[in-house]
Amino acid sequence: MNSDPLWAIFLNACLINNFVLAYFLGICPFLGVSGKLATATRMGGAVTFVMVVSSMSAFGINSLLLMIDAPYLKLISFIAVIASTVQLVEMFIKKMSPALFRALGIFLPLITTNCAILGLALFQTNKGYGLLQSFVYALGAGAGFTLALVLMAGLREKLELAKTPDIVKGTVITLVLAGLLSVCFMGFAGLSN
Amino acid sequence: MCPVLAVTNTAKNALAMGLATAFVLIMSNLVVSSLRRYVPKQVRIVTFILVIATFVTIVDYLIQAISLELHKALGAFISLIVVNCLILGRAEAFASKNGIYRSLLDGLGMGVGFIMALLCLGVVREILGSGSLFGLQLFGEGYQEWIIMLLPPGGFFTLAGWLLLFNWLAKRRERRANSTGKESIS
Repeated sequence: MNSDPLWAIFLNACLINNFVLAYFLGICPFLGVSGKLATATRMGGAVTFVMVVSSMSAFGINSLLLMIDAPYLKLISFIAVIASTVQLVEMFIKKMSPALFRALGIFLPLITTNCAILGLALFQTNKGYGLLQSFVYALGAGAGFTLALVLMAGLREKLELAKTPDIVKGTVITLVLAGLLSVCFMGFAGLSN
Repeated sequence: MCPVLAVTNTAKNALAMGLATAFVLIMSNLVVSSLRRYVPKQVRIVTFILVIATFVTIVDYLIQAISLELHKALGAFISLIVVNCLILGRAEAFASKNGIYRSLLDGLGMGVGFIMALLCLGVVREILGSGSLFGLQLFGEGYQEWIIMLLPPGGFFTLAGWLLLFNWLAKRRERRANSTGKESIS
C-alpha cells in the first residue's frame, strides 16, 4: 500500500509527471485534436471523465485478480474492461443527457485506444494506490492532460498567424512546440523536493 | 506512436522495444488472419485487441526472464504496446482480409520498418545525449553531454529533426523532378 498524501499525488500526476509531456502517453490525440481551443477543451473533459471511470474499474479488477492469484491476466482484463466501460458510458450518456453526448461526440470511441487511459490503470496498480488515491491520481492525470492540450491548442492557434518557413509547416513545428512545452514542464520537477 | 518517444533514449532500448513490437505484430497478424473466417464482424475489434494483449503479456514475461534490467528500463511501456495503433491498424486493414502467408510477410515488413524508425531515434538520442552508441563510448573525455536529449523534450526534438530531414528530401526531389521536366520540354 502506498501512503503518499492526496495533494502530492494530484500535483505529481498533473504537473511534475504530466502524462503527455513527461510520459509521452496520449500523444496521438495531443497532436491530432489540439488544432482548435474549443475542441481541445472538450476532448480534455471527455478524457478526464473516462480516466476517472476506468481507473475505478481498474482498481476493482486488480483487487479481484490479486484475490484469485492471477496477475498475468491483468493486461487482458484491463483492456477489455476499459473498452467496454467506454462503450457503456457512451450509451449511458446518450440516454441520460443528449446535450452532453453531442458535446463529447466522436471523442468517446477515440478515447478507447488512447494509451493514457491504459497507462493510468497500469501505473496506479504499479504504485499500489488505494481507492481514494486512485481517484485523485486519475483526476490529476486528466487535469494534466487537459492543461497540456489547451496550452498546445492556444499556441497552435497563434502559430497559424505566424510566418513559418514552408519546410517546417505542419507536424515538424508542432513537435518542436511540444518539445519546448515539455522543457517548460520540466521546471515543475523542482516542486517534488 | 506514444511508446516510440518514451523509450528511445538509448539505442539498446530502442532496439528491444522495436523487436518486442515486431514480434507482437507478426504473431497477431498470423493469428488474426488464421481466425478471420470465424470471427463475426461486430466483435472483431475486441477479438483483435484480446489477441494482441495475449502476445504482449507473453513478450512482457519473456523480457522479464531474459533481462530484468531491460524490463526495468522499458517499464510499463511494454504493456502499452497493446494500444499501439500500428498493430491494431495492420490487423484490421490487412490481416483480417488476407491469407496467413501474406499477413506474415506484411507483419515482417512493418516490423522491420518500425525497428528502423525506432533505431533512427534511439541512435541520435544516445550519441548526442551520452556520447556513446550501444554503450560504447564514441567521443573523448572532453565531450559535454546533451542531457536534454535523454529527457522527454529530446524525443520531440529528435523526431522533429528527422521529419524535417525527410520533408527537405521530399521537397528537393520534387524540385528536381520539376526542373528536369522543364528541360525536357524546352
